[in-house]
Amino acid sequence: MSTATVFNIQRFSLHDGPGIRTTVFLKGCPLRCSWCHNPESWDYRPQLALLADRCLGCEACTPVCDQGAAGPLDVPAAADCVSCGDCADACPTGARDLLGRTWSADELLAEILRDQVYFGTTGGGVTFSGGEPLSGANASLVLECLAELRRRGVKTAVDTCGHVDTDLLLDAASLTDLVLFDLKLMDAAEHRRRCGMGNGRIHENLRLLVRTGGRIQVRLPLIPGLTDTPANLEATAAFVADFPQQPEIQLLPYHTTGADKYDRLGLVYELIGTAAPHPEDLERAVRTFTDRGLAVTCGG
Amino acid sequence: MNTRVRRLRDRSLASRPSISAERALLLTDFYRREEGKHPVPVLRALAFQYLCAHKTIHLGDDELIVGERGPAPLVVPTFPELTCHSTEDLRILDAREKTSYAVDESVIAAYEETVIPFWRGRSIRDRAFPSLPNEWHAAYAAGVFTEFMEQRAPGHTVADDKFVRKGLLDLQAEIDVVLAGLDPAAPDSPARRDQLTAMRIAADATMLFARRHAERAQELAAACDDPSRRVELETIAAVCTRVPAHRPETFREALQAYWFHHLGVVTELNGWDAFSPGHLDQHLGPFYARELAAGTLNRDRAKELLECFWVKFNNHPAPPKVGVTAQESGTYTDFANINLGGLTPDGRDASNEVSLLLLEVIDEMHILQPSNNVQISTETSDRFLQAAAGVIRKGYGFPSVFNADAVVKELMRQGKSLTDARAGGNSGCVETGAFGKEAYVLTGYFNLAKLLELVLHDGRDPRTGEQLGPPTGDPRDFESMDQVLRAWEGQLEHFIGIKVAGNAILETTFAEHAPAPYLSLLIDDCIAKGGDYNAGGARYNTSYIQGVGTGTLTDSLAALDHLVFATGRVGMGALLDAMAADFAGAEPLRQLLVNKPPKYGNDDDRADRFMQHIFGAFFRCVDGRPNGRGGTVHVNMLPTTCHVYFGSVIGATPDGRRAHQPLSEGISPVQGADRKGPTAVLQSAAKMDHVKTGGTLLNLKFSPQVLEGEAGLDRMAGLVRGYFAQDGHHVQFNVVTADTLHRAQDAPEQHRHLIVRVAGYSDYFCDLSRELQDEIIARTEHAGF
Repeated sequence: MSTATVFNIQRFSLHDGPGIRTTVFLKGCPLRCSWCHNPESWDYRPQLALLADRCLGCEACTPVCDQGAAGPLDVPAAADCVSCGDCADACPTGARDLLGRTWSADELLAEILRDQVYFGTTGGGVTFSGGEPLSGANASLVLECLAELRRRGVKTAVDTCGHVDTDLLLDAASLTDLVLFDLKLMDAAEHRRRCGMGNGRIHENLRLLVRTGGRIQVRLPLIPGLTDTPANLEATAAFVADFPQQPEIQLLPYHTTGADKYDRLGLVYELIGTAAPHPEDLERAVRTFTDRGLAVTCGG
Repeated sequence: MNTRVRRLRDRSLASRPSISAERALLLTDFYRREEGKHPVPVLRALAFQYLCAHKTIHLGDDELIVGERGPAPLVVPTFPELTCHSTEDLRILDAREKTSYAVDESVIAAYEETVIPFWRGRSIRDRAFPSLPNEWHAAYAAGVFTEFMEQRAPGHTVADDKFVRKGLLDLQAEIDVVLAGLDPAAPDSPARRDQLTAMRIAADATMLFARRHAERAQELAAACDDPSRRVELETIAAVCTRVPAHRPETFREALQAYWFHHLGVVTELNGWDAFSPGHLDQHLGPFYARELAAGTLNRDRAKELLECFWVKFNNHPAPPKVGVTAQESGTYTDFANINLGGLTPDGRDASNEVSLLLLEVIDEMHILQPSNNVQISTETSDRFLQAAAGVIRKGYGFPSVFNADAVVKELMRQGKSLTDARAGGNSGCVETGAFGKEAYVLTGYFNLAKLLELVLHDGRDPRTGEQLGPPTGDPRDFESMDQVLRAWEGQLEHFIGIKVAGNAILETTFAEHAPAPYLSLLIDDCIAKGGDYNAGGARYNTSYIQGVGTGTLTDSLAALDHLVFATGRVGMGALLDAMAADFAGAEPLRQLLVNKPPKYGNDDDRADRFMQHIFGAFFRCVDGRPNGRGGTVHVNMLPTTCHVYFGSVIGATPDGRRAHQPLSEGISPVQGADRKGPTAVLQSAAKMDHVKTGGTLLNLKFSPQVLEGEAGLDRMAGLVRGYFAQDGHHVQFNVVTADTLHRAQDAPEQHRHLIVRVAGYSDYFCDLSRELQDEIIARTEHAGF
């Protein structure tokens, strides 16, 4: 039985595939995109988030911490946290919140099938996202779930960053109904700088994936000044248009809702001050793709 | 809408409701002279006839459908034979901030000089209340339950297709057959003769009332300079001459016939939920098809008539309620609720062209009354459901959405025939009934959460210190959840016993002193049995007790289970002390209660099993008890506005709710406790066995973006279909942002026409109490992810 760390199971998910969906967010990702709105998805292990504005200063956490690391959030912790979660259990308000816990395939299936009736009434299903659902321990859990969901007639989608083992990706593609495949920056050096890894494997994987003939949606986050530059949009459109079968394009405009999460995890958010894209920039981005005859949607 | 309808609508919206003493004075005059000279049913019928003969006839400009309850639109009569308002009541009605009614000094003078001296001590309320036992009064005063029959008559019922199949003359002929067949030797024959005679008189009364409208229309026509209006008035006269005496022959006659029946029912008595034409689209469908084919009616004309009809309902604010009744039902809405869609007698999709036309009417009119709903079955076409969803997402809170298949199951479980069940539907807020065949009477709200407060104080009411319920043990000695649940069931048994016994006294009082011969004409089998609607004359005679506070109680039990018994994290003593202090100085504990235990509305079985337990216990305790009219008692799960009142009588609760805050409404989760989206709410709610109820009420609040576009309609339809596949009874959608509601609170004068869903009905947001406004804002607003 496979297990992996899941940090959120989002029901009534409307933007990661058709219909009403349940999206499973797996923890751990090979990339470190600077705009990521789920920074809690980077590390494969559970980790503690601190929500200072919820702290009452009641000190319920202090005696339960073996590391001596827990206390009111208006003062910095004195020692290293090992993310055991004891303080989160003790905390009455959720100011200390342990993100992620281990799920087995059976547990996960039971949970995600709770909305099966709505998948049926809306043509929805289950989306595996993250983090990266196909890297590390996540892949075997996801593949096991995909197989079982297909056996039960539940439609699925896999949302991947593409920087994964090719065999795993093709296995997943053979078991799922839709692959949501992210492209970010076409320039390899820029990709490495902004996402922590090069894009060679990602591009190769997309080429191979397209050959399978399965349904693919290429998703491009529109980050002002980074991914929405004319050069990057043009290069992305050219890359996709070159495929013999052209996947659908979905543009995802940048939003700032992830910014607070960085603080909570003790991480630095590099995009402070970046605003959501202007409508005219979105229109320009859409046109770059439609000009090449590609099917594109914006928003999500 | 055309300019005529716009003018009618504007007039209906512009006026402030006011009180008229006309009915009270006519009735007093009649009773002074005639009481004691006739058997009571005949006295009531003659009183009704006197009203029909003498009340002011209002026939307004532009109207095509005519007749008012009061002397003019938005002028509301009173019913001193049920409850006789004091002059202080009348002054409060005039002065109160919300749902006020203008009361002229002349009305107060009439009450002081004539109405009060006669009716004080003789009204139903004054007759029944002294005979109710002390324990009933104590529980009523403590807010354990409310009493629907203290200010208004049992009603709640709905018309079937009789009004399009028969005229009053046909019904009188049926009465004559039954009268002729009465066995002179049978001991109940005199009583049946009186009742049938009364019904015959009541039919004459309404025909007289219609005739007076015909005469008035002729007079106006004769004096009218505008040739087109003159023709309209002559047509009104012709229609009112034919119906409701004869079976209607046209679409228009059908509407006018119903309206006279409606006026008869709401003039005779002040029954709850006024009256309703029920499946209006099904009743009108054949007329519409026939007249369209013959070229005597077109779509625009039909819509105009429907819109003229719609305004009539809005012209009738509910007669004024005071005291606890005003708190449990604080609205101008009188709850007439029109059903669209549903099932044909052979179980097929009944939606037709008139259904779609009515959806347009609902959308264009978007006024408070009448309430309206769509009945969705697995048979219902996607086209109709999507059209309804298109109106719902505009945010008026209507039409509400009912599960026609569950309604059939509910009615059949209670012993109705399949035919009667399929002709049934929903009225009031969410109540299921066999239309035209059932007297189904809501008897009062029942405070399920208050019983837990009593359990946690060994039967004492902490508000008064009084030993209100039976001692069920010191909670500090409880060692398991089983003991809590058993103690709660002990309180339940005790107070349901008191409530049901009290109901019987009120039902008997109504049967003896306030029979309803006109309503009885319209409900089978009152004629055949020679029995009154209020005395078991209907084919089915049901009483309901409506459970309130499901979410709050469930979460409180889950919190006790999780924190006190399962983990031992919180001591019972410490919890009770903190609750007694309304959590003063105990915010960490309150946060623990709010954040750590499982909560109903998240599809979490650890919480939802308590909902199932309390619902099961409530059902077993109530269902099948005999009522005072030869029928049985069942449960309903709806609150109207009572969750605010019931919350106000309860201190802090173990779910972390502060003292006197509203309870959860209907079977919806505690406001803000549902954190996993609407499907999780639906799945939690679906764990209740809805088929065992006569109605459950679930509200979902959405941000408008979720329901945008074709995908939004598909989503709404998908949520409805999924919930209904599991026998969910009803769901209603509020589509309005918290921002909008906050703005309406800050600037009510700019948001007078903002309509929101409350609980089973929609209301003007600015007419709601501040507590209720805040409660609606606090409900979780579901966004998409």
